[in-house]
Amino acid sequence: MAQIDLDLAHAYRPNPQSDADYALLPLKMRFRDGGAYALLGPSGCGKTTMLNLISGLVTPSHGAIRFDGEDVTVLSPQQRNIAQVFQFPVIYDTMTVAENLAFPLRNRNVSPTQIKRRVGQIAEMLEISHQLNQRGAGLTADAKQKISLGRGLVREDVSAVLFDEPLTVIDPHLKWQLRRKLKQIHRELKLTLIYVTHDQVEALTFAEEVVVMTRGRAVQTGSAEALFERPQHTFVGHFIGSPGMNFLPATYRDGKIQIGDYLVAHGLDISADLLAQAEAFTLGIRPEYVELSAEGALGSIPIFITRVQDVGNYWMLTGAVSTGSDMKSFTVRARLNAESCVPKANEVVWFKLVGAHTRFYKNEELIA
Amino acid sequence: MRLILEKIEKRVGSEQQLYPLSMNIQPNTVNILLGATLAGKTSLMRLMAGLESPSSGKILVDGVDVTGQSVRKRNVAMVYQQFINYPSMSVFDNIASPLKLRGEKNIDAQVRALASRLHIDAFLTRLPAELSGGQQQRVALARALAKRAPLILLDEPLVNLDYKLREELRDELSSIFANSESTVIYATTEPGEALLLGGHTAVMDAGQLLQYGSTAEVYHRPASLNVARAFSDPPINLFSGNMIGSGAIVQLTDALEIPLSQALPNTGRVTIGLRANAFRVNPRPGDLALPGEVELAEISGSDTFLHANTVIGNVVVQLTGVHFFDIGATLELYVQPDHAYIFDAQGALLLSPRYAVISTGSGV
Repeated sequence: MAQIDLDLAHAYRPNPQSDADYALLPLKMRFRDGGAYALLGPSGCGKTTMLNLISGLVTPSHGAIRFDGEDVTVLSPQQRNIAQVFQFPVIYDTMTVAENLAFPLRNRNVSPTQIKRRVGQIAEMLEISHQLNQRGAGLTADAKQKISLGRGLVREDVSAVLFDEPLTVIDPHLKWQLRRKLKQIHRELKLTLIYVTHDQVEALTFAEEVVVMTRGRAVQTGSAEALFERPQHTFVGHFIGSPGMNFLPATYRDGKIQIGDYLVAHGLDISADLLAQAEAFTLGIRPEYVELSAEGALGSIPIFITRVQDVGNYWMLTGAVSTGSDMKSFTVRARLNAESCVPKANEVVWFKLVGAHTRFYKNEELIA
Repeated sequence: MRLILEKIEKRVGSEQQLYPLSMNIQPNTVNILLGATLAGKTSLMRLMAGLESPSSGKILVDGVDVTGQSVRKRNVAMVYQQFINYPSMSVFDNIASPLKLRGEKNIDAQVRALASRLHIDAFLTRLPAELSGGQQQRVALARALAKRAPLILLDEPLVNLDYKLREELRDELSSIFANSESTVIYATTEPGEALLLGGHTAVMDAGQLLQYGSTAEVYHRPASLNVARAFSDPPINLFSGNMIGSGAIVQLTDALEIPLSQALPNTGRVTIGLRANAFRVNPRPGDLALPGEVELAEISGSDTFLHANTVIGNVVVQLTGVHFFDIGATLELYVQPDHAYIFDAQGALLLSPRYAVISTGSGV
């Protein structure tokens, strides 16, 4: 196992000129020894490039990769001692499940007693002990992928185990059980695990720290809670949560926050200097934290309700607010408990938009 | 357009694809066909489109019998899961093709209006292959809308897109449908998608139509256990119990009784359904307490789905926001008795939660 440090950039074509030429923009990142990480982002964000740089399938065009301080930039995946699990099962159909699990160990000349012990342990964890003597051929895709996971986890001496969307072939109803397994396995084996996915549930459930990526940049690394409560970048606010964070242009004047025509007293313990210096900024609040409030209430503005949706487990209100000199209309969403009393479309109600869960952004970055 | 299906069924060889069903489809709004894969959604759509004929029964369009009439004679637009565009034509020409076919004037303005509505106006001169999956599907949708067919059939149109794109496109589609003069049929496997689109929903299972009504009504008052199962995500938590005494109490286990908000005829064995959002981690007055152990907390961002093993069995709980629970930790869950659905031994609904006010006429 190893602590992994990246200080690099990567372009697939020679002589990159602009940001757009980089698959991965210059970044510094540390993966803690024994940590569980997820790389999360839409397709084309650079997450697979980052995974391939860590494994050694791709050599960075700029910079270096260190495992426990040692430069491994030009080493192959074997030399780096990386185990990988891919989207689709990679197992030998003619071998038994036990032989499949033992294969990575045999290749490394591990003693038969040790192999037996470790294969038994991994099979037990993945609940496939009853299949150890079955051949790979007749197994379902789910079962085969479990074995692939087992093969990835079987070696104790790996620097890290890398997963590339490993639950793609798993039946949706069984996914949560494998997510649970992966979490338990991480707790028991304490391996460094790095997991690539575009699925937020997968990433947020599995990882202690999630690296959110967009357009070749890692915009935030943090726990699920941090990404939800304090997005460091507007992309994180947008991408995490469904629907994502509401964003509204705002300005700071006389100690108050101006949203459109409304000057809002906020009563917040925030650094007024930061907002005053920013002058114009973006206010962000998650739909889960927007509340219906009384007319003129602290932190509130009137909203014209355009849509009321009964989404079963909760209500979704969509409203419009006009802001700025061109009176451009912005959409604000509120997610309310299923038992709430909700307004009707075309009514005007007050939404509390400025409160303890409100965040402020300038040039997409969190300022307060 | 008014589409009426009268006792239509579909058999292929010895296989019964659709059992006899009748529907009076709500015109000029979105109608969802909700069901798992192989529930019969696509078979039903193909009959509606005229791609196939029913084995028996009648299809009426605006009062005219069109059973057996081919798709060419019907004015239907269809969008499939796969993005189907003309690969050698530009995005503009793809969208313009149904307009040209109809010999329309001001094609340019119409194409641009549709493209801007679906946020593809920047790509009009490109070829479909130069676009992302989401953009390609927008082109296919724009072409279907350009057809201005009175009947638009969409077969899981968002299934191949990643979740943020689906969210955006679903939002746009539902506002387009709301202001449309077309009757839209939209097939999906996802309860959440049906609820976000609103309109009316037909729940299908194994070739049968189980229930059809306004989406909120079907969700909050599922006529049967099978509808409740098909229309709950996360899955509805089900437990078997026995009515005791005069039918005002259901006994779940030796230790747990659920008082009902109204007495029912004592039918003996019943199934109790509790949806994932019925549970809480903080008690309120009148709650039943369920001690248990955490199996896993799945975090989606907006929600945490807690899997727990409790005294009444395994449950899935939906909590708003991000919550952490250690695997194996003990906890106490709380549930209000009047959040319970009660189904009889045959699976028919006896009682639905009191809070579930049916919101007719809400939405756009």
